[in-house]
Amino acid sequence: MQLTKEEEKALAGEKGEALAIAYRILLAIGESTDAENLVPITWAHVSGVNYNTIGDSGVKFLEGLSREGRFAVKTTINPMGFDPLKVRALKLKEEFIQQQNKIVSAYERMGSMKPYTCIPYEVFDLPPKDTSVSFAESNAAVYANSIAGLRTNKESALSALASALTGKAPYSELRMEEMRKPNKCIKIKHVIENELDYGLLGYFAGKVASDVVAFDGINTLEKRNAKALSAAIGTSGSCGMFTVGRTDCETVEFGKEEMMKVRDELNTSDKGDLITLGSPQLGVDDLSLLSKMIEGKKFRKRCLIFCARAAYESATRLGYTQKIEQAGGELLCDCCTCLTPLVDREEVDSVITNSIKGAYYLNSHNKVGVCLKPLKEIVKEECE
Amino acid sequence: MPETIEGDSEGRMRIKCRKIVSGAGEGEALVTKQAINFLAMIDLKSGIIKDEKHALYGKSVADKILIFPNAVGSSVGAYSIYALKINNVAPKAILCKKADITTASGCAIANIPLIDHPDADIFAIRSGAKVKINDDLIEIY
Repeated sequence: MQLTKEEEKALAGEKGEALAIAYRILLAIGESTDAENLVPITWAHVSGVNYNTIGDSGVKFLEGLSREGRFAVKTTINPMGFDPLKVRALKLKEEFIQQQNKIVSAYERMGSMKPYTCIPYEVFDLPPKDTSVSFAESNAAVYANSIAGLRTNKESALSALASALTGKAPYSELRMEEMRKPNKCIKIKHVIENELDYGLLGYFAGKVASDVVAFDGINTLEKRNAKALSAAIGTSGSCGMFTVGRTDCETVEFGKEEMMKVRDELNTSDKGDLITLGSPQLGVDDLSLLSKMIEGKKFRKRCLIFCARAAYESATRLGYTQKIEQAGGELLCDCCTCLTPLVDREEVDSVITNSIKGAYYLNSHNKVGVCLKPLKEIVKEECE
Repeated sequence: MPETIEGDSEGRMRIKCRKIVSGAGEGEALVTKQAINFLAMIDLKSGIIKDEKHALYGKSVADKILIFPNAVGSSVGAYSIYALKINNVAPKAILCKKADITTASGCAIANIPLIDHPDADIFAIRSGAKVKINDDLIEIY
């Protein structure tokens, strides 16, 4: 990859250590994605905020970087480990809270915007179609490319951070028009009924496809299903974009057998002690739907509902959150299911969720069993 | 392509690759055809693969020349590579079939040599073989 003279100087450390690190990252990802040069981006969405995801070495790295590093473009960041307004009631270890606060301070010192969300495409105003951005957080990258019409590679936490500091990203892969065409088509041979089915489909697609995947058998996609599909695609593979409708490329079938196989891999319990909704976080529309579904009912179990703070505030003005809380739902902002410290295997054996991404990390990280159910079934079977 | 790559009559074999993060490293190869989710599959304190479904389950990446196709899943995996380095359990070098953004950015800040696009079948290298990486060349003894 060719750097300009100014970029070379920054790489050599003439503009400070933070920019040198950022250009070292951009150079490595530029080389690995065959980029010829860097291009400007207008928005970076950075992951690596939850202390459970980046740990002590991440805290040190970000604290060092934030001494002089400042974001050059609009920068939004992923959820942290807890809701800062409710943290005292959440019974977390003091060390976790302290380390989490250091991470948040480091990002804010560099100039990140609030709220902490994994659905930036739903919370912030979108730039015009075809704008180059740099989104880490796999569900957001897939959604941005596939639904919001933006152009991003499936960035890593560090590559998006490097883009935030420099305002640049390699011109490669999904930023290039000619690369945004499907190279594998999933032919859907089974009824896809609800958000859980879309998640199962996405997890399968992520495993068999790379780059861009097409779904033959989907014509329109509700937002909540698009979120579930994007999150699941991002979890299992390296695919960064999907399209809907048939395309002429190598075809793989997704039928009942394939669906059951994915379900069997992630569904590790036939019941759960706790319910979690979110991953990705719920937006206003999701909260509206949930409030209607549970009106007049009560959750029989503790139910953690992760949502974006902006969505929570709008939903409160519209009366949705009150109905959810009346039903016993616990609404939490600025955090999410993925690698949450709020599900502890000392207290919980298994969790009920409709999120495939949530299920993957609850199984692998929290080491609890997972019982997969679509929202409709959760409300029917776990409420009274 | 041979089932396993052994040394030639002089006891070594060379594979040309593409340099992503420059550097040199020497050690035992740890080889898998399976992709790796660095955030979910590796214990960052010990470097041991903790995913029971992974072919390398129970093995440590520490001080190895790690050979795998590419990383998958979480965007935070780059930090996991850095954490392995800070905890002194990182691979000495990494060889991918095609380096991805997560692996490339993690190696860039952890200063782990990274190469990819090998011109021979790297999965024919035996785990345990002595391997040396130098910028864009891998030698198997």
